Amino acid sequence: MITHPRTEELVESVRLWIDEIRPTLDPRNAFLARVAANALATVSREITEGPAAEAAAVAGMAGVLGHAGDHATLNAELCARIRSGELTVETPGLLTALQVMARDQIAIDQPSYKPEGSF
Amino acid sequence: MELDVRAGLEKLAGRLGGEGAKLTEAGRLSGGASMETWAFAFEGENGPERLILRRRSAPFDEETARSVSLATEAKLIQATGANGARVPKVRHVCDDADGLGEAYVMVRVDGETLGKKIVGDPRFDAVRPGLARQCGESLVAIHKTPPPPGLNLKTVDGVAELDRYEEVYRATGAERPILELAFQYLRRHVPEPVEPTLLHGDFRNGNIMFDPQSGVAAILDWELAHIGDPAEDMGWICTNSWRFGRPDRPVGGFGDYADLLAGYAAAGGRSIELSRVRFWQMLGSLRWGVMCLTMYLSWRDGITRSVERPMIGRRVSETEADLVVLLEEGL
Repeated sequence: MITHPRTEELVESVRLWIDEIRPTLDPRNAFLARVAANALATVSREITEGPAAEAAAVAGMAGVLGHAGDHATLNAELCARIRSGELTVETPGLLTALQVMARDQIAIDQPSYKPEGSF
Repeated sequence: MELDVRAGLEKLAGRLGGEGAKLTEAGRLSGGASMETWAFAFEGENGPERLILRRRSAPFDEETARSVSLATEAKLIQATGANGARVPKVRHVCDDADGLGEAYVMVRVDGETLGKKIVGDPRFDAVRPGLARQCGESLVAIHKTPPPPGLNLKTVDGVAELDRYEEVYRATGAERPILELAFQYLRRHVPEPVEPTLLHGDFRNGNIMFDPQSGVAAILDWELAHIGDPAEDMGWICTNSWRFGRPDRPVGGFGDYADLLAGYAAAGGRSIELSRVRFWQMLGSLRWGVMCLTMYLSWRDGITRSVERPMIGRRVSETEADLVVLLEEGL
């Protein structure tokens, strides 16, 4: 990967520019520009934090399912085995793995959100 | 479009205020994709009137829609109001002569509806500790209102609601383990059926007008009214998505479960167990998560183009973060 600039820096520069022009926009577009800036902030976080989050999710799912695999395959199998009723809230390690996945994903998607039980 | 409504309001002022009534104010307050709210006022034969127009701006089919028609909404407000519920007064239901389409007019109620303000603004510090109890009390008058005949309201219970949202979730093609586990868990914990009652259907912080001195002033936005389990209305206002950054105060971000339930019982409501409320609260998080997925899909499928939509898709993880805690705690 090229480092001058890195991908997340390109994204960040566009986000900062949107923030700069926001005050000049009509209310509807100012709102949408804020959403757009937030979207780019999410992209930045996914670039920087996504790989570690995915690795943790893969490790967690592999632990619950008892074998290795890539993210998409493990995720699909996990969903299918929960849906079939084979894995439940009682299954050792399942909730712990899901908690880690939820925590990492919210840190990328909506870091200011205060989830249930977090205050 | 805006000009049409203004012209319609001019005409309406004459119809409601008598000949020569002059429009003194008219402005659009908010608008979703399909609904508009206008504040207007006029000087009429009986003095000044400050009113709200609620009108639909997109085609609507009551058979297939989840929401009710505005005429039905007006009838429900009148019926629950007559039964003592805190609702706005319906001033007029529009007909063809008004040229405003599907619409009705309410007397304006002053106060605040922004959830964030109710939860955090110092103006509400004095009343905030009593709001959860008031919400419980307010629900009783709604739930005890016999549904007006001929409205064809949909009846929903826990199983039907899980079926409905699981079908929507499956159709999205998304694979989210936490949503899967929530569906499975809730299916195993559906509460015993109860005698269904009239429900507001969207009873949450954001749809209630609060007064900084007196608390609950009016319950608004009746478009999701239906028949079902009274605990559904209580669970929805406890869903963390509507606590506006105060997850420590389960009722709307301003109060505690015990106060909501105590207010309900004190006003003569039937006894409701907390676990039943928590079932509907958890289903509320799940439902909102699925709705966020469908809002993303409306962008992916080219139905809407706003940047808002895909970003709402990234709010599914908010509901997952809530659900995983609820799954750990149990009902």
